[in-house]
Formats: sequence, structure tokens, C-alpha cells
Amino acid sequence: MNRCTAITMIATIARLLEGLRHVAIGASSPIPAAGALLARERSAGRMVVSILGSERQNPFTDGGRELFDCAAQGRIDAFFLSGVQIDARANVNLLGLGAPPRLQKRFLGNFGAPYLASLVPHLILFRTDHGPRSLVEKVDFISAPGADGRWLVTDKALLRRRAGRLQLESVHAGETLASVQSATGFPLDAADTAPTTPTPDEATIALIRGPISVSVGEIYPAFETLMRE
Amino acid sequence: MDEPALCAAEALAARIPDGASIVLAPDYSGCALAVVQALLRRPARHLRLIGCPQLGLQGDLLVGAGCVDRVETAAFALGEFGLAPAFDRFYRENRIEVVESTCPAIHAGLQAAEKGLPFMPLAGVLGSGLVALRTDWKVIDDPFGAGPILLVPAIRPDVALFHAPLADTRGNVWIGVRRELMVMAHAAKRTLVSVEETVDGDLLREERAAAGTIPALYVEEVAHVPGGARPNGLFTCYSPNFETIARYASAARTEAGFASFLGEWLDR
Repeated sequence: MNRCTAITMIATIARLLEGLRHVAIGASSPIPAAGALLARERSAGRMVVSILGSERQNPFTDGGRELFDCAAQGRIDAFFLSGVQIDARANVNLLGLGAPPRLQKRFLGNFGAPYLASLVPHLILFRTDHGPRSLVEKVDFISAPGADGRWLVTDKALLRRRAGRLQLESVHAGETLASVQSATGFPLDAADTAPTTPTPDEATIALIRGPISVSVGEIYPAFETLMRE
Repeated sequence: MDEPALCAAEALAARIPDGASIVLAPDYSGCALAVVQALLRRPARHLRLIGCPQLGLQGDLLVGAGCVDRVETAAFALGEFGLAPAFDRFYRENRIEVVESTCPAIHAGLQAAEKGLPFMPLAGVLGSGLVALRTDWKVIDDPFGAGPILLVPAIRPDVALFHAPLADTRGNVWIGVRRELMVMAHAAKRTLVSVEETVDGDLLREERAAAGTIPALYVEEVAHVPGGARPNGLFTCYSPNFETIARYASAARTEAGFASFLGEWLDR
């Protein structure tokens, strides 16, 4: 993914998080981490962001379980999930392709997704390579079940589940309804035109490429390199 | 109880018998990689690893060297470098048993063990395909009337193995806010710890340190192994060596690459 697309995803995520109190970031999530740190910058210090694996962005003192205990109590407003497959109903598959328990291809595993899916009100899905193999009609395995209202941010577009299915909200600069549809493995019930996702201004871009990428670089050095070089 | 004596990484590894179940910390917590090196040199066999809640570099090294029969984990990954390459090969070749889980189910299973309970109820998870995969899990009606709820069995590992910044000569181990290490020590039958630094005195008598300290009561043995988490990082001490981990991530994709990385790493 190129830097420009990553920045659009980060700015879009920051918009979705506006007004929330506590945003938690899980494993393998550099772009959501950057989006949450941008939203926190704009919240005048009201937002708490916790990043798994970080020493500096970590408000927890009770070990690995605390994030999950917090979620079950309703103390976490937003969390992010990606997956090897995301389907038309916004179900997420993090486990792999084929039929478990002997998968054809195993990916990283379920992490906290099966649990957090039903306990965090703003569960935001993301995928950095929007394509017909990652966005499918039906996932091979449901790690996390979908729900109406759920957002999906990809490198091509912003989608949201309404009436049981993911619908197109906006396409990123350089994409069209047709180009996004052809990269999506299920039909999008969109209008004839889709609005363009707002692009961030120069100040926002500088913030992302500067202090935010340094913060995220504590645990995601490749992300920092992509942003800064 | 006898106070744990301080000994080296090899002696700690010698206390882990073949066939043991071992709970391991995630890469961003405290990983006893020097002890893992000693297990690889032996090499240990038929280990059963439990990720608390996920496995990473240390698990992948053990799997790649043929030390492991079974893993129970919420994920198996090398952080930003993605798939754990040796585990991926072993999985494809059907050479390892995997018990799929999710992070809070592992934390809850260990919490059940630390309380001496047979199981723990857990919120969420219903609606995930994981419930059907885990035939040892039960869904019951909440006896207090709030609908269905998941029960997960206690996880009682033979050994908890991890690396921490500091211990005192009595065997009290400071882990700060990394309290998953505390839960691991409480839940396991035996706890083995390597540390960066040892100090005289008694951490439990220092008010600021005591709450973040695992009492020696739970700790069988402490080994003084400076740099014992490398190439991973260690909280409050040092950052991961991402170059080494990247080199491993690419080398270990093949059996030969893994063997050559391992040979070089064990020689140092």
C-alpha cells in the first residue's frame, strides 16, 4: 500500500472515532493505531487510546486480561479488526481458508475477535488490500460475527453494514464506483454515484507523518519508515 | 519454603521435562529466550505450549526445532512480520496439533486455575465459529437468568516460563504492570523465571515495588540472565532487535533457512 492511501485510511478512521472516550488497538494494527492517535490529538486530551504491545500508549495496570475485562463492562468504545476474509454481512474471518479444524491455509489466529465482536459498540473493520479474495460473499469461518452499523475502511473505500449487508459509503480519491465494485467479491447495492472520501489537509498529513508515525513506530517500525521516507 | 537459588539459563531449562505443558508470555511481555535457546540445544521434545494469550518468536523457534507436539493459543504471529514461518510450515505438513482459542478464553482459563476453580464463565464469544470448534467448551443458561453464557475449562500448565527485569535474592520477581506474568505464575504448577538483574534485599518490603512483584512463594527457580529476552524486547529495559526478527521471519520459511539461522544463533 502506498503512503497516500494509508494517510486517507488514517484520516477516515480518525473521523469515525470523533467524540469517543476510550479507543483500544489490538495486534497487527498500525493504521488503526495512527487513526486513533490522530483522533486523540483532535480531542483536546479527552480520548484515551490504548495500543497493545506499547509501553508508552498503555493505560492498563492489570496485565493482558484488563482490556477484555474492560470491554465486557462497556468501558471500551471502539476496537479494530481486520481479517483474511470479510464478507457481505461484515463477518470477519481471522483464522484461515478452508474448513477448520484442518484449514487449507491458516493465518494468524482469532486473537480477541470472537469476544470483542459482541462487546465493543464501535467495532471498526479495516483491510489494507481491498480485493475479491479478501472481500467475499461468505467467509469460510466466522471469527467475529457482523452487525448493522459496522464500518469497513479499506484502501479503496469506506463501507457500512445496513439492513444486513455492507454498502458503499464513499470511494477514496482515484477510485470509482465501478473500480471498487470490480475489486469486491459481492454486489454493492450502491447508488449510481458514490461520494469521494474527504482527503486530509496538509497540516493533518504533517501530523501523521511526524509525531504520530514516531509514536506508532515504537511497535511498528515498518509503518514509521513508510510514513517518513 | 526454600528460597529459590539463582542459577543459569541451562539449569532453568533442565527443570523443564520433555512432555511438559508450558505457558509462555507474548513477544511484547517477558520472553525467556535464553532459556528457550537451552531447550533448543537439548533439544526438548513433546512440549505442549500455551500462549498467554498468543505465541510468537519463542514458540516458533521451539516448533521449528521439533520440540513441540501441541499448541493452544489465540494466535501465532511475529508481530509486524506476520505469519510465524516455522509454525506455518509445520501446520501445512500436519506435524503439529493446534487448539484454537481466543485471548480472553486463555486469560479466563488461567484465572480459573489460579482460583482453584474447574472453569470460568466468559462474556461474548457466542456467535463465533470458535464455539463449535471447541468441543471442550460448554454453553449453559446463566443460572441467574441472563441468557446463554460460555464456560471455559481451567488451564493449569505444568510450567510457567518467562523473563522479567528484576528479582531479589529471596526469589521475589518484579513484573510491574505486566500482570499476565503474575496470573501465569499463579496458575502454573511450577514457575521458572530468568531476570535481567538481581538485587539484595526484599522487594515485598518496598511499598512501591510490592504490588508489581510475584512473591517467591510461587517461584520455583530464578536465573540471572542479562539480555535473556533478546532478540525480543523487555519492558522497562530494552527494545526488540527488529533486524534480527526480520531476518528470522524470512530465513525460517524453509527448513534449511531455519536450521542455518538456529545454528548461527545458538553458536553465539
